[in-house]
Amino acid sequence: MADDLVPRSDEFGLAHADQSKAPITNQNTASFGKQLLGFWVTFKTMFKKVNTVQYPEVKEPTAPRFHGRHQLNRHPDGLEKCIGCELCAWACPADAIYVEGADNKEGERFSPGERYGKVYQINYLRCIFCGLCIEACPTRALTMTNEYELADNTRGKLIFEKDDLLGPLRAGMVPPPHPMYPNTDDSNYYRGEVTSSHPSQGIAKND
Amino acid sequence: MSNAELIGQDPGWVIVLKGVLIFAVCVFLTIMSVWGERRIVARMQQRSGPNRVGKFGLLQALVDGVKLALKEDLIPKAADRVVFVIAPIISTTACFMAFAVIPLTGQVNFFGHTTVMQMTDLSVGVLYVLAIASVGVYGIVLAGWSSGSTYPLLGGLRSSAQVISYEVAMGLSLVAVFIYAGSMSTSEIVAAQDQWWFAVILFPSFIIYAISMVGETNRAPFDLAEAEGELVGGFHTEYSSLKFALFFLSEYVNIIAVSALATTLFLGGYRALPGLGFTEQWLGGWFTLVWFFIKVLGFFFIFVWLRGTLPRLRYDQFMKFGWKVLIPFSLAWILVVSTLRVMSQQGASQGLIATFIFSIALIYVAITTLLDRKKAELTKASREIKAPEPSFPVPSIPNSRAEQING
Repeated sequence: MADDLVPRSDEFGLAHADQSKAPITNQNTASFGKQLLGFWVTFKTMFKKVNTVQYPEVKEPTAPRFHGRHQLNRHPDGLEKCIGCELCAWACPADAIYVEGADNKEGERFSPGERYGKVYQINYLRCIFCGLCIEACPTRALTMTNEYELADNTRGKLIFEKDDLLGPLRAGMVPPPHPMYPNTDDSNYYRGEVTSSHPSQGIAKND
Repeated sequence: MSNAELIGQDPGWVIVLKGVLIFAVCVFLTIMSVWGERRIVARMQQRSGPNRVGKFGLLQALVDGVKLALKEDLIPKAADRVVFVIAPIISTTACFMAFAVIPLTGQVNFFGHTTVMQMTDLSVGVLYVLAIASVGVYGIVLAGWSSGSTYPLLGGLRSSAQVISYEVAMGLSLVAVFIYAGSMSTSEIVAAQDQWWFAVILFPSFIIYAISMVGETNRAPFDLAEAEGELVGGFHTEYSSLKFALFFLSEYVNIIAVSALATTLFLGGYRALPGLGFTEQWLGGWFTLVWFFIKVLGFFFIFVWLRGTLPRLRYDQFMKFGWKVLIPFSLAWILVVSTLRVMSQQGASQGLIATFIFSIALIYVAITTLLDRKKAELTKASREIKAPEPSFPVPSIPNSRAEQING
């Protein structure tokens, strides 16, 4: 019993860990003249360029992979990528995402395949911008932009709906609902074989 | 005609107008110096400081003042209401009153009346300033005491101990000035600096005064009375709205006041810099006001510079410095100065004076050498202390490491 308490001084380098044996290196305080150098530091700094960014007037670009507001992406023909699977909502540690999926119907198609996200809300009062939702998304529907100006004055305005989150319609895109590209199925979409909309899709929408 | 006689001839309206002007200048300077301090400290930290309100943020302090005035005026339940209200008023009044004896200009034409910009010229003017400064401490102590709360009380006590200790050193540093000027009247002290500034011939006094004036005004690095990390806000923790604004005002007016006193006593007051004496006649004498404020603002810059550079002192180190370094040193210095003064007045020969100075220097060198040697021995001895090898597991002894570093 008593043997257990004997220090094993050299084992595991414990002797080196003993602070009292460590050499003292900085025991001499700097001379008075050296201490006065601090005044020169502050004086010199006065003439350096100021680091402050005059924010509302000057906006510095963020880091390229900065986690900002989310965006719901579209396929090149305008159909939504979101399939309403709710994986993002499940992945969210802050419980900030609410998704309600629905079936695509004949004549009212929002995404290729079977399902689409009918309701999609992100609560920016809860979101911690961790990006786990983006990792969870199986279709790359959800990504993050670099936009960081997300302040507002009511709680309601900070719950972003699907309309607020959907990416813009770019050239060649037709706003859904409209049918899929002729003679394709959802696999073609995921393989990136659909590169723009077909005239028939736009016509179908106009009907 | 001396300043005192000139002031004695002032009609009532001149006195009133002077009072109003001095008050206005103080308030204006305070507002500008709050802005200036924030800008300068910001630059020292590579920030830009307030720059939103008005050109260069010049109106920032004004807006802050308005904001403070519009805030709710709280009086804690446990507070002693009467004293709580009186305390900031005492503080503010005292620091404004110190300006009454400071000569801001030489002889000027004041709306067709020849006078000097000085409210009154007491024969004991500097003592009056010291006395008023001490009254100002009452404001702080009473504020801390009447708040009915722990931190303000501690802050108030610290502050009073601090101001009283440093006032001793400050008073002693002024003695040398009195001896050389042969007067305690501010205007005569300025006049006595015709040839040489007292900052030059009484350099040690000047240094002691400069240090103790920072201690006196509770400013960084001596701002122990309102050390945010330790005492929340110190004596003004419970104050809000206009009462807080009064404390704020008094702090800055106090800075300007001690700077003005330093200018008057050591830097030749309103007199021009050496070699620029001809400018004193410009604008009918009013240009001396510019010289005065250049010097005062120079001191203010040093205040800000200190704040931007030095960390706050520990309380015991601070008191040790005041009592064991500043006061003994000023006492010794006064002895030397008065001896020299008496020698020169009694017509001692140049050789005797030189011998005296030489022997003083010799004694100084001897004492410092002995002290250094003793210190070296102590350090050596402390380095040789060996902790005994523990025969059973114990937490490592703090050892003499801390002592070695400090001692």
